[in-house]
Amino acid sequence: MTDLPVQDTSPTFLGMPSFQRSAKVALADTQQRRNLAHATATIRAKRAAAVGEVEGWEDLRLAGAAAKDEALHHLPDYLEQLEAALTARGATVHWARDAAEANRVVVDLARAKGADEVVKVKSMATQEIELNETLEAAGIAAWETDLAELIVQLGEDRPSHILVPAIHRNRAEIREIFARRMGTVGRAAPADLTDEPERLAEAARLHLREKFLRARVAVTGANFAVADTGTLVVVESEGNGRMCLTLPETLITVVGIEKVLPTFADLATMLQLLPRSSTGERMNPYTSMWTGVTPGDGPQEVHVVLLDSGRSRVLADEAGREALRCIRCSACLNVCPVYERTGGHAYGSVYPGPIGAVLNPLLRGTSSEVDRSLPYASSLCGACFEACPVRIDIPSLLVRLRTQVVDEASGRSAEAASMKAAAWMFGDHRRLEAAQRAVTLGGRLLGGRTIRSLPGLGAWTQARDVPSPPTETFRQWWARTHGDDAPHTSEETP
Amino acid sequence: MSSREEILGRLRAATGDVTSRPGDRGPVPVIAATGESAQATLDLFVATVADYRASVVRCTPEQVGAEVAAALVRARAHTVLVPPGLDTSWVARARDAGLRLRTDEGEDGGPLTAQELDGIDAVVTAARVAVATTGTIVLDHAPDQGRRALTLVPDQHVCVVRADQVVHDVPDAVALLDPARPLTWVSGPSATSDIELDRVEGVHGPRTLDVIVVG
Repeated sequence: MTDLPVQDTSPTFLGMPSFQRSAKVALADTQQRRNLAHATATIRAKRAAAVGEVEGWEDLRLAGAAAKDEALHHLPDYLEQLEAALTARGATVHWARDAAEANRVVVDLARAKGADEVVKVKSMATQEIELNETLEAAGIAAWETDLAELIVQLGEDRPSHILVPAIHRNRAEIREIFARRMGTVGRAAPADLTDEPERLAEAARLHLREKFLRARVAVTGANFAVADTGTLVVVESEGNGRMCLTLPETLITVVGIEKVLPTFADLATMLQLLPRSSTGERMNPYTSMWTGVTPGDGPQEVHVVLLDSGRSRVLADEAGREALRCIRCSACLNVCPVYERTGGHAYGSVYPGPIGAVLNPLLRGTSSEVDRSLPYASSLCGACFEACPVRIDIPSLLVRLRTQVVDEASGRSAEAASMKAAAWMFGDHRRLEAAQRAVTLGGRLLGGRTIRSLPGLGAWTQARDVPSPPTETFRQWWARTHGDDAPHTSEETP
Repeated sequence: MSSREEILGRLRAATGDVTSRPGDRGPVPVIAATGESAQATLDLFVATVADYRASVVRCTPEQVGAEVAAALVRARAHTVLVPPGLDTSWVARARDAGLRLRTDEGEDGGPLTAQELDGIDAVVTAARVAVATTGTIVLDHAPDQGRRALTLVPDQHVCVVRADQVVHDVPDAVALLDPARPLTWVSGPSATSDIELDRVEGVHGPRTLDVIVVG
């Protein structure tokens, strides 16, 4: 492994219980399970239809993976190229080793502009570094402008999905949040607000418009950063991204260093892969591309913050680095049987679902309970790999991380001890037969009752019931029913 | 050591095993569907735009003015923004019908402020290129489209696309675009799927999108 620094776990997720313990709580929330089942089933069907239309889908996936690999394998070169292209177009480039440094850059820039508020476009990178909390602490209000982010922010909640952060909320809950909270931070929701999605969207439009029109500083992320031209790309639906990218005087974009694409031509691949995988649309309503400063059009002061925060460590892991191809489409969440039932909060990070189960332990290491448990938050069914537009082999990465977690705990955990015992038992057929006879004794004692937990196997049995052992082994049954025909296995050489 | 040097150093160490050189992968593969004919491409574009619940009509060059006026009247627009390089014949009928035409010039003689733009109902523009498979129009904000804010703040966007600007697939459009210009890809009116994943038209961008295909 490497000695490159891990990402600090933010205070929000510090000391989180294991995925399995949080999942148990989430599974008991029937409202959330209904919301999630409805939402993920809808988007799975939309995605399947949108992907099915494209004849060359597999070629696109291969090209998408190849484009990201090209960028990742030569990341220092492409970042330098990106920086040069941006600088030539009047942008200022900042480098941030970790979350604290990125936050400091943004706060200092906002302060220098005398801003007491910023408008924000939904961005995974700024969520990851908890920029909003840092800005608030510095006395600068950060207004989320994506509808779902607004729901989460007003509800004092946490996002539970990469694409639809309020996927765990239904329309009635959203109406209640808007009616109760909008008035406390700006224009109040109309008194006769109903829970029709059109009315809720209209309320958000009115509430946010005054903020857009007066905003002087915007903070965004970017879906792609093109090295050869210095072009940044934001892919969105509502137009809040365009508002933030166009109206304020100052634009600050926080970009994870893995967002780099080698060339502008690579966007042709990515813009076919991302919308169809993400929202299941042929194309999302709005995609904005900007290259530094354009005189007379949009922000005249443009900053780009390039964020490492654990990414260089993931890159150093030759097998794990393919996780950095992720374009945050969330297709893997929507097809995951585990995510569909637990929702996103149990993953203890802004990156939930199958990609989160891989990315979080890679970024943050496996020293915390939740990060050690995440590689097990999967049935390894493989649906995520099949859905991934950049062909990240998530199941294989999960298995490798499980090995790592077990190796690190080697000799100390019940699992390691039982594996050692199993190896001893399977190593000799006489031991196996003796063990099988012993098990049937247990079966007769239990009389078919279900085993809910086993001492020492807490984590394993937390999410599973153990079948009660049979009262007879196959060998015993064969000997009883076939008498002398019974094969004399004990004379065979193992 | 500066953050820049430290991060680049980390990344060089992290990729120490890589033996290829940048660009070794060769040219970027172009993966695109092709249309059977220009007519088929055009038909597909009209169908995919309509799928987004945008209105889409086809007309001859002589009919553009009438179609623009009809779209504006349908949405009950009163004031219409005209970008500096727009073909003025496109908005002549609207002016004759009593709509108030505005240029990008505010009270103070400078460009319209965001507040002033918010008081304007609609904008009429040309486009740079359009994509049939996805029903997308791409603006490069040349003078016949105006700076980005003009097509964002007003609630209606009427976009006139020449038939010869419609390409078949996404890579055909990317190849035509100049990355040095700001670019806006528009596929249908502003929408959100954030409430129970129902697509709802109309959040912050123009809630009404009218596409007029000429020729």
